[in-house]
Amino acid sequence: MLKVSHLSVKYGRTTVVHDLALSLHDDEILMLVGPTGCGKTTVLHALAGLVPIASGEISPGTWRATPEQHVPPEKRNVGMVFQDFALFPHLTVEQNIGFRLTDASQVDHWVNMLGLASLRHVKPGTLSGGQKQRVALARTLAHQPAFVLLDEPLSNLDAALKDDLRWEIRGALKAAGIPAIWVTHDQEEALSIGDRIGILRAGKLEQLDTPEVCYSQPANRFVARFLGEASFLDGQLDRETSRVSTALGDAPGFAVNGASGEVSILLRPDDLSLRASDPGNGVISWVRYEGSARLYAVQSDAGELIKVRCNHEIQVRPGERVDLCITTTHPLAVFAREPGTSATDTN
Amino acid sequence: MTRWPLTYFPTLAIALVAVLPVGVLLMLASDNPQGFDARNLAVLGNTLLLMVFTAVGATFVGVALALLTTYVQLPWRRVWLILLAAPLAMPSYIGAFTFYAAFGPGGEIDNLLGLPTPAVGGLAGATVVMTLYTYPFVLLTTRASLSSLDANLVHAARTLGMSLVASLWRVVLPRVANGIAAGALLAALYALSDFGTPAIMGLDTFTRVIYVEYNAFGLSQAAMLSLQLLVIVGLVLFLESRVRGSRERPGRHLFLWPGRWQTALLLVATSPVFLLSILLPLSVFSLWLWREGMGDFELAYAWNSTYASLLAALVAVLLALPVAHAAIRGKAGRVMERVTYLGFGVPGIVMGTALVYVGLQLPFLYQTLGLLVLGYVLRFLPLAVGSIRATSENLDASLVNAARALGASPREAFQRITLPLTLRGIVAGAALVFLEAMRELPATLLLGPTDFETLATYLWRVYEAGYFGQAAVPGLLLVLISGLGLVLMFSGERWTLSKAKAPNPVADA
Repeated sequence: MLKVSHLSVKYGRTTVVHDLALSLHDDEILMLVGPTGCGKTTVLHALAGLVPIASGEISPGTWRATPEQHVPPEKRNVGMVFQDFALFPHLTVEQNIGFRLTDASQVDHWVNMLGLASLRHVKPGTLSGGQKQRVALARTLAHQPAFVLLDEPLSNLDAALKDDLRWEIRGALKAAGIPAIWVTHDQEEALSIGDRIGILRAGKLEQLDTPEVCYSQPANRFVARFLGEASFLDGQLDRETSRVSTALGDAPGFAVNGASGEVSILLRPDDLSLRASDPGNGVISWVRYEGSARLYAVQSDAGELIKVRCNHEIQVRPGERVDLCITTTHPLAVFAREPGTSATDTN
Repeated sequence: MTRWPLTYFPTLAIALVAVLPVGVLLMLASDNPQGFDARNLAVLGNTLLLMVFTAVGATFVGVALALLTTYVQLPWRRVWLILLAAPLAMPSYIGAFTFYAAFGPGGEIDNLLGLPTPAVGGLAGATVVMTLYTYPFVLLTTRASLSSLDANLVHAARTLGMSLVASLWRVVLPRVANGIAAGALLAALYALSDFGTPAIMGLDTFTRVIYVEYNAFGLSQAAMLSLQLLVIVGLVLFLESRVRGSRERPGRHLFLWPGRWQTALLLVATSPVFLLSILLPLSVFSLWLWREGMGDFELAYAWNSTYASLLAALVAVLLALPVAHAAIRGKAGRVMERVTYLGFGVPGIVMGTALVYVGLQLPFLYQTLGLLVLGYVLRFLPLAVGSIRATSENLDASLVNAARALGASPREAFQRITLPLTLRGIVAGAALVFLEAMRELPATLLLGPTDFETLATYLWRVYEAGYFGQAAVPGLLLVLISGLGLVLMFSGERWTLSKAKAPNPVADA
């Protein structure tokens, strides 16, 4: 089990990671997400010992690193997978995978497991992106690390390749039974792969929970917006019945941080439905065709821009009037209303 | 057949003049009945040994300092880099002169502190001095290769269980071998061509023996030796042209964060290089200034230096403009431009020998300022061409087209687009030539008109006469001029650095 407490990292006078705490169990995969420059990669570098830490403690049990007691990367038994693969260009696939190993059995195991048998004696320069990342993963796992750190492992790959490889990596990690922290800026990747998700903003962990909880009960508006499309709508929360009433109908509510009275509710595009109707309660602002569905942005008469995802059979054009209605039965996250952002908050 | 661009004609003429020294030497040497003798063999041995030792020494110091300045997050990193690159701007004869005066029994260190130090001289002394003034070549070329390397390879090696030193040795250095080789060859080239250091250290290399022969009126023997030296220079230049820079895709920059003790240790370990190459000459000259004042130094010497160098800079830039233009226009132009680079490889003493003979054949040139300026221009023209060409190449042709499309005449487009954008290169080129000419010693010794004393030649006379104290003012002035050269060099680098992506750990995170 990897335990991290009160971790801070500074570059010169700039604090890049603030007071971070997390722990990782057995074969758990923790997805770390956040916008560019939020400190995701720095967290990984700190855990690997590639940057000194300013405060806190990192310990997987076999060693313990603090600001006073730096443990060099080579003594940490950590595995790292990089966005740009970082394969040694002058070594073959086999030599890369067995870089520091005396026993070839692990090399054979992972070469077969990841389907690299035909590439054993090839130099990395001739491989495709997907093959390179498989080799990099095999190299990391063959060295049997105590935990694995993945730094945006899929961001240099084609979209078509990403989908297969993300499941392949997840499967390999689970097969090896090694815990991992996986950094990504792709919220879909985070939601689908992770056992838990941590959302970072400006070096601070905003929420750390299962994908379901982070998505449906975000700790704040930032998390709500980061994980998928989010619209906010003004309403009143009745604490007795735990229901919110809005211009678009009633729904069960779930108060975040003790919000009550005048509130904003979080609406995901799937929480609503629309049908063409004049006068209705809003007008279509724009439409995005997504194949199996259409995403509509509706300017409601109350002032908010609300996004709705509908079956592709429903066709309404921009400028036409529609009737919006909340249809979900699960509780919606309810936030205290932010001064100056209600009604005009169109994000 | 397509018509030649107009600039090809002056460029052809300049290229022909650039070949002149080599032709002259061939002619001169063919008069020489004497072939290769035992003494010649000793000179060859000395020259090659000094070259090899200098290249090795410069590699050791340069690579270590390149790793330090590129990767380690020291306080005032930029200052350290500038201080450590500074010896590049100093002519090594300044160092050789002050080393010679400072060390040994009766040297300034002995006089002042009563510390007995071994005399610095011969092959060992020349190697030490040469290493101290050529390692920046290796430092800068290695640094350029290092900073484009992807740090994640080191991170991968370390997280796989390899120590830092081992990963630098096995993962980093093999990939910057070309950068190191390029720097080492530049150091070797410098060691081959330098006149002042072996002369002062009393080591009989080609450059020193050529000067001795010239003084003994053995011009054809000097030409013979010059040709032999040119062959070695040619070989090194050939090797250098074969060394390719690394083609790796640039990636994340590596940062190493030392602890407080490690920082102190690194700075202490680095300081001797700076102390010996920069601080020692400054202290010795300052000591002499304090002890003996101006001596019989005359301001006219400084004016002579400035005047001749200004003329050289002006002529070089005027000639460089058509050459740079021709080089961009086509293949033939590029070949002719390459030919004008010949002079840069010709050691100053060799250029001097060849032009002295030209002067003897053409009496109207003999012992004139014109011949000296010609020598400077032939040697340093490539600096101006390179500088102008670099800025003109960056000038996108579509900019001029855009101006034309907006209704500007060719003349207006030149005045308002081309000229402002290349002016920087022209000024930088002129400044480079000026500063090099100010510090040039051997060609000035041979080509300067009678009684035309410059800062460099005055320093040389003082050394020959043994009145070291007199060297204070010209020595300090030469150091100052070298400092200006350094500023110029780094303002250029900052310009290119700010254009490329500057490494910024916070933005990368």
